[in-house]
Amino acid sequence: MEIKSPEFKQSARIALQDANLQKALGNLKAGFPGKRAAAVARMPEFDALRDQARDLKNHILENLDLYLEEFEARVVENGGQVHWCRTSDDARQTILQICREQNAKTVTKGKSMVTEEINLNEYLEEHGVQPVETDLGEYILQLRGDHPSHIIAPAIHLNLEDVSEAFHEHHNRPKSDDPAVLMAEAREMLRKQFVAADVGITGANFLVAETGSTLIVTNEGNGDLTQTLPKTHIVVSSIEKVVPTLEDMSLFLRLLARSATGQEFTVYNTLSSGNRRPDDQDGPENFHVVLVDNGRSDMVGTQLQDMLRCIRCSACMNHCPVYGAVGGHSYGWVYPGPMGSVLTPQMIGIEKAGLLPNASTFCGKCEEVCPVRIPLPKLMRHWREKEFEKHLSPKAVRWGLGGWAFFATRPGLYRLFSAGASTFMRLLGGKKGKISKLPLAAGWTDHRDMPTPTGKTFMQQWQARQKQEQQP
Amino acid sequence: MSEEKTMSSRAEIFANIRRGLRRTETSEAQREAVRQRLQQHPRNLIPARSQHDHEAQVALFIRMAQEAAAEVVQLESLDQLPVAVADTLKAKGQDELILASDDTLTGLGWAEVHGQVECHQRVGQVGDQASLTQALVGIAETGTLMLYSRPESPTTLNFLPDTHLVVLSRQDIVGPYEDAWDRLREISPGRLPRTVNMITGPSRSADIEQKLQMGAHGPRQLVIFLIP
Repeated sequence: MEIKSPEFKQSARIALQDANLQKALGNLKAGFPGKRAAAVARMPEFDALRDQARDLKNHILENLDLYLEEFEARVVENGGQVHWCRTSDDARQTILQICREQNAKTVTKGKSMVTEEINLNEYLEEHGVQPVETDLGEYILQLRGDHPSHIIAPAIHLNLEDVSEAFHEHHNRPKSDDPAVLMAEAREMLRKQFVAADVGITGANFLVAETGSTLIVTNEGNGDLTQTLPKTHIVVSSIEKVVPTLEDMSLFLRLLARSATGQEFTVYNTLSSGNRRPDDQDGPENFHVVLVDNGRSDMVGTQLQDMLRCIRCSACMNHCPVYGAVGGHSYGWVYPGPMGSVLTPQMIGIEKAGLLPNASTFCGKCEEVCPVRIPLPKLMRHWREKEFEKHLSPKAVRWGLGGWAFFATRPGLYRLFSAGASTFMRLLGGKKGKISKLPLAAGWTDHRDMPTPTGKTFMQQWQARQKQEQQP
Repeated sequence: MSEEKTMSSRAEIFANIRRGLRRTETSEAQREAVRQRLQQHPRNLIPARSQHDHEAQVALFIRMAQEAAAEVVQLESLDQLPVAVADTLKAKGQDELILASDDTLTGLGWAEVHGQVECHQRVGQVGDQASLTQALVGIAETGTLMLYSRPESPTTLNFLPDTHLVVLSRQDIVGPYEDAWDRLREISPGRLPRTVNMITGPSRSADIEQKLQMGAHGPRQLVIFLIP
């Protein structure tokens, strides 16, 4: 996927004017947050589970090497193979080589953000292997030559008409405005692909060290058909998804669906342990686990280690006012929203992704809903500091901060200036009590009026109150 | 990528992690703690809702499964199954059934419904109308079925047919997932079956405009037959 994060400002401006996108984003805001809240209300232990999940993830990360070793050993005992990949390029090559060993022409794919991260589809196509996305959302996007804008609802930026148009063009069927008809169409088309594929590629939500199993979570059942029907099953996962035991996985599963879609539990939770057993009548003959690092091991032991707790539920973006306004594509790479604003700079560099951690109001909602309590605002602030240290922030920001620091460290001047600014704004607002145009603040006043300061400054009020209290 | 390359990748990843954790050698105590956790697999917090008595768990299972859009049919004995299956399929306009080869299922009086249902025993195929398989346990907490792959019960039967029929014994209903893991370890000591499916209701998707549609790629309907 082409990196467009440096163009965040332009992309966001266009997104705000895009009526179709705004309509589609309305579906997200009307859906996920309410459903999550209802699911949380039904689970009185929810916050206690979150505390345990945070602590357990911390324990795993403190012993990440040991749990990964155990996981690897069990996969091999189960008859599978583990491939370690430091970079995206390593991972792509490894997967292509497995496909070539199988003389694979087509590969079905379950939903996987890691394969987006390593840009797998494009690479396979370039090398003569045709990937077929089977998750309904991903399938729609592949037909349109599009990319996911959300980590669990990939086609959230599209409306019914877009899907109808894409299907009409590729399926040679009349257009329909009934989602049920469109879904039945996709089901029928993909049935053939599931059977024809030589290799099935899925992601993993968890890797279980105790049993050497990988787990996928889906509502559609496409992941299961992807991994059961072809001769070879490749699991592509990042290294931080390892959990010690089935019991530990259960702790995260209790949080995952509720935080994501507000479901009590996702329809299909499937554990895969190695390849087909001697007398089994179906299941893959070959089982490969491709473990992708791609910068994650560099986060261990740093301030960013907390981010490795992420279980990819999407609650942070579902509740983010910035994501809700500009959508996932504005972020310009694979991971959008608050979690993306922390991960993307690590993966593509702060030089390219510097605008993302700045695209936050720091309202704190993301941290408030995170099932593993990742301090997302703090981590975004970390990147802002890095950006400042590296002298990457624009001149206006640096001068602005410098100017503010000058006044802030000179209280007398600061008070004088703020009292003056307050009076000036009151005059500007006039009788309306609102300012519709403010110098240097068009970004605010273009979309809403600025209320005028109504009284004295905080310091003036404070001193007045102190005086009052001193009087008996 | 060559095997050499993935080995050097492996070494690099582990070196990076250990550098981050500020340790070159792992202490025996640390290794032992990890081994202990894996061997003893201690339970974490279990919600109160899945810790009631068995009667309450059965009621919760039925409620949660129905909430997830599964149909639940309660039978007085296993012997009633063939007729109940035939009736269910008839109501859905189906007359073909792929049966898992477990003795408990094949030993039933299918001859009784011979004219109504055509039974086969094989893997699932594209175009199959209905399948009948047996669940290891039902998990009350979320109305979830647990099934596992074995020669008698191919995984494709759980996903390819339009209608998935599942037999579950009331006594096999447990409260939390943790009880299900214990049952799984009992029947398959030392190594899990190749595939373990936890199924909660029929297949669905909300990928078009966030409007929920039933029957995406897996079964469009899930019917659970509860037997004593």
